[in-house]
Amino acid sequence: MIPEAYYLALSAVLFTIGVAGVLVRRNPLVIFMSIELAVNAANLALVAFGQRSGGAEGQALVLFVMAVAAAEVSVGLAIIVVIFRARQRLSIDDLSLLRW
Amino acid sequence: MALAAFLLIATIAVAAALGLVLKRNPIHGALFLVVNLGSIAALYLLMGYEFLAFAQVIVYAGAIMVLFVFAIMVLIPGKEETGPDPRRPWRLLAGPLAAVLLLELVVVVAARRAAPAAPPPPPGFPAGLSILFTDFLFPFELTSVLLLAAMVGVLLLARRRA
Repeated sequence: MIPEAYYLALSAVLFTIGVAGVLVRRNPLVIFMSIELAVNAANLALVAFGQRSGGAEGQALVLFVMAVAAAEVSVGLAIIVVIFRARQRLSIDDLSLLRW
Repeated sequence: MALAAFLLIATIAVAAALGLVLKRNPIHGALFLVVNLGSIAALYLLMGYEFLAFAQVIVYAGAIMVLFVFAIMVLIPGKEETGPDPRRPWRLLAGPLAAVLLLELVVVVAARRAAPAAPPPPPGFPAGLSILFTDFLFPFELTSVLLLAAMVGVLLLARRRA
């Protein structure tokens, strides 16, 4: 039985790498994939905490997160495709239209 | 034995995550992400959650990554990250910021109260996850509405305007 703290540490490292990817990369697709990485790290932490109760609540929540992530990815990729069609470029630095 | 397996899988997961962030080519990044998602599925198996592991492989490594690869093929990106970076100083700030975040997370994890003796993992779908159809029935149904709404939204967004 592996201690819960190991899973949490791995989850923290993966989450940080995901956040760093969002901050560093310029390609919106890669930024999106980094977000998926962070979501997965959160899932791992959720499952690790769910082991505590012994029930299946953690697993159920992770299944919901997966469904939400699937919806999020499909809508997000559609938005990226629309942006690409409108601008013919895909750099995140061009997308400052909504910036204050 | 289980610890050795955990360390091996964790190393693969972290290396694949680093590959996603550091590799320039997005298709390489997508393949690294598949490796990472697969290793997390292996971790779920290690914890004894078979159903979750298979759902992870089917939903994430299967459906979501296929969508990503399709998008990469359609858009053929890759030129964005060549040439001078217009916001280089800000991007250099990302490293220290990520380090601070990691430090915070480690402090939070280290400061939490020790878990009570972990009971054996619950069995897979039949007994454990049947709460999806009892306690979690309303969110479960809501999820189907969400997926339907996402599907309609994507069709509307991606439609070519004649």
